[in-house]
Amino acid sequence: MTSYENRVVISGIGQSAVGRRLNRSAIDLTVDAALAAVADAGLTVADIDGIATYPGAGGGPAGFAGPGTPEVQDALRLRVNWHAGGIEGPAQMSAVINASMAVGTGLARHVLCYRTVTEATEQGGGGRSGIGAGIPKIGGTLQWTIPFRAYSAACWLALNAQRHFHQFGTTREQLGMIPITQRRHAGLNPKAIYRDPMTLEDYLSARMVTTPFGLYDCDAPVDGSTALIVSTADYAPDTPRPAARLEAVGTALRGRPSWDQFDDMTTMAARDAAASMWERTDLRPTDVDVAELYDGFSFLTMCWLEALGFCGHGEGGPFVEDGRRISLDGELPLNTHGGQLSAGRLHGFGHIHEAVTQLRGDGGDRQVPGQVEIAAVANGGGPLAGCLLLSRWR
Amino acid sequence: MTEPFRVLPHIGPDNQFFWTSGRDGVLRFLRCRGCGYFIHPPGPICPRCLERDLSPEPVSGRATLFSFTVNHQKWSPDIEEPYVIALVQVEEQDDLRLTTNLVNVEPDEVRIGMPLRVVFEDHDPVFVPLFEPA
Repeated sequence: MTSYENRVVISGIGQSAVGRRLNRSAIDLTVDAALAAVADAGLTVADIDGIATYPGAGGGPAGFAGPGTPEVQDALRLRVNWHAGGIEGPAQMSAVINASMAVGTGLARHVLCYRTVTEATEQGGGGRSGIGAGIPKIGGTLQWTIPFRAYSAACWLALNAQRHFHQFGTTREQLGMIPITQRRHAGLNPKAIYRDPMTLEDYLSARMVTTPFGLYDCDAPVDGSTALIVSTADYAPDTPRPAARLEAVGTALRGRPSWDQFDDMTTMAARDAAASMWERTDLRPTDVDVAELYDGFSFLTMCWLEALGFCGHGEGGPFVEDGRRISLDGELPLNTHGGQLSAGRLHGFGHIHEAVTQLRGDGGDRQVPGQVEIAAVANGGGPLAGCLLLSRWR
Repeated sequence: MTEPFRVLPHIGPDNQFFWTSGRDGVLRFLRCRGCGYFIHPPGPICPRCLERDLSPEPVSGRATLFSFTVNHQKWSPDIEEPYVIALVQVEEQDDLRLTTNLVNVEPDEVRIGMPLRVVFEDHDPVFVPLFEPA
């Protein structure tokens, strides 16, 4: 199938230090990641002619947004032919998808894409910030949740999870195999935040956040920046490390753009993004060698497994229940770096970085055995969803 | 009686009817005068038939529990956990759903599918629609 995606690759990846309390500024971390990605792509800063980020400056809880594109462009004195930052689109990876369209249409040749968080440092020891907590009044779409003390996406998505449990018989023991298996992968990733093994008993006895989500169903806020260089495929033969070819993007949102008014509460926008991705490729779910699927909450990963067709709708529980399928040597190695649950909330870009790492065979102790040819990557939860299919350049 | 702290909505022309509706103990939703479809959250047009003539209409206040979560996390210092956040399906229309809280029920007695009825918490002029077992 011929599509614009065939003209686009990810030529370089880079990541700053990642940690719980780095006490460094967002722009400082971003520059580390950007320079690493530029060098990894075999480029210089002068070659970068586009820039994109999610969500752009400002907004969200403390440490959420990271620097906007003007700040990064100016720090590096980039001369860009195309630039974009924004929060509306197919989840965090909308920055990468926008960049791919700029490259695919010839507006730019090498786009720096980045996502930076400093939530750990900026939210300090005070616990997770509730959205809208402590303010007297709220407007916009949040007026339909915050007055009911649903202060977090944890509360909103717990409603999806509980409905899934009710309709399909999904259990906490099944859901727990996602964080438990990912923790095993994190033990092999020197950059992961939590690396000690986790047992089912550890998982079940952890404090409850909002049923059915316990502590280990929720990702770990960190500081860190991840950068990617999205380049024209013409450049792929010249990269120092193998490029990742863009096979297909998934961008659809066919249900209502809402957390609580989506037509089927046992799934999410992931259903639509995934469907649109498979409409753009001849590849099938059985062709995928590794899956890096967003895990802001464990249930989102289960939802993506179903949405992407790795198992049927409602079959996510049985699919993961003994953890074997989703282990490094299983039929679908999942979140091989530990995901956001164990390697930190790099907000989607950690998953893309890991997919490219696995396609290159650079995963070290956590490298999936055998040649990884095709990787699926997904970002987002609720009404936010975007996904990518990547292949190893050859 | 002093009601417990709640973040309250900003009231404007589009949402005033909804948030003040409980003054007379009646829940109302915006309804299409053409095809009868209930629209929530309130919007400028009927998404089913594109009719622009819409008006708030009373509903029975009866609903069933579609999903719920028992929140234990302290997101805000001024409220007490645990509490039940609920997604309820209003009797009048299959896809007429509302995020709300359940009251007058123990968290471990909450079951999806249980019949509910609306009650209002008085934050005059706002009356927050909550639900209790019917």
